[in-house]
Amino acid sequence: MKKTIARQLLGSALGLIILGSQTTVSAEETGEALYKTYCSQCHGIKGDGMGVNVRDMSVQPRDHTDRVAMSSRSDADLFKVVKEGGQAISKSVLMPPWAGAMSDNEINSVVKHMRVLCQCQHGSGS
Amino acid sequence: MNSRRHLHAYLLLGGFALGITQSTLASATDILKKDCAQCHNLTGPAATALKALWERKGPDLFYAGNKYKRDWLESWLQKPARIRPAGMYYGNHVERGAKSDEIKAATPPSHPVLSSADAKSATEALMSLRANSVLIKPGEYKPGSIPMSMGEMLFDKFRGCMACHEIEPGYGGLSGPEVHTAARRLQEDYMISFMRNPQAWDPRSFMPNKSLNDADLQKLVHYLRALSEENTK
Repeated sequence: MKKTIARQLLGSALGLIILGSQTTVSAEETGEALYKTYCSQCHGIKGDGMGVNVRDMSVQPRDHTDRVAMSSRSDADLFKVVKEGGQAISKSVLMPPWAGAMSDNEINSVVKHMRVLCQCQHGSGS
Repeated sequence: MNSRRHLHAYLLLGGFALGITQSTLASATDILKKDCAQCHNLTGPAATALKALWERKGPDLFYAGNKYKRDWLESWLQKPARIRPAGMYYGNHVERGAKSDEIKAATPPSHPVLSSADAKSATEALMSLRANSVLIKPGEYKPGSIPMSMGEMLFDKFRGCMACHEIEPGYGGLSGPEVHTAARRLQEDYMISFMRNPQAWDPRSFMPNKSLNDADLQKLVHYLRALSEENTK
């Protein structure tokens, strides 16, 4: 009987330890905040491709303030590269897929923020 | 206050599971409350809001027993050295330099030094914090080797991990933790689990999920182990 109680206590204890760690991503974040968290490490705090990680990179990250280059990309392309990574659009593997960290809605917000940075829309750069 | 009560409960429960005595835990609890809780999340859950992520001063420790190697932890607490070149969240510690963003001088802050006795007690307590055990498959890592050049090719060219991590002091990305010491710091089964799905451990982590397959995960840990042997600090 004592052993059973001890086992139950231990089970509850371990259960609490495991439950204590369970997390879910809650509120949707803004495009600007998401960009600041995930993108600016490589694309820079100004969004011009000069982030803190560029020192030893073999491929320069995209300059999101480049109106001409950015207007040649559709929102669907930008969504795809943020969600699935550079290789999904035949670009560098250094651009990772962010699907695990951001929801589709959040990635759409990041795309909108990229349009703010370039002050452009698809096809408006010439 | 609530979190302190939780911390005490976690330590007692974790200690009970591991057979640690009550008096050892009491002393360890004091050290964690006094020295660690101000900067580390000792009770979980992990932050889910970006603002909380930005304000994080040190890594979450509520799963420290599943993450760190005991000997390394005890030794590091007595002689702490920076692991993340740009701090917990790089955004707090970078500014625009002459050409690109650079880490600001004098930041991020250093970790306090613990005495030998305190480091031992703190390590004992931290190793009893074993949340997220469900994510670990004990013995999943199978020791093996990979030629250094192949490992670097996998890490850099094929998977792009070097974008954010230094593979030797002064070479590589700066926003993530250095990886040339990773295998000395981290348990192999944890490395596999974290690389497989970083957001399962830390929902807003800025480490991407690269959908690595099992073979790649094993090879990457081989490589990280080889790197740690090559780079002694």
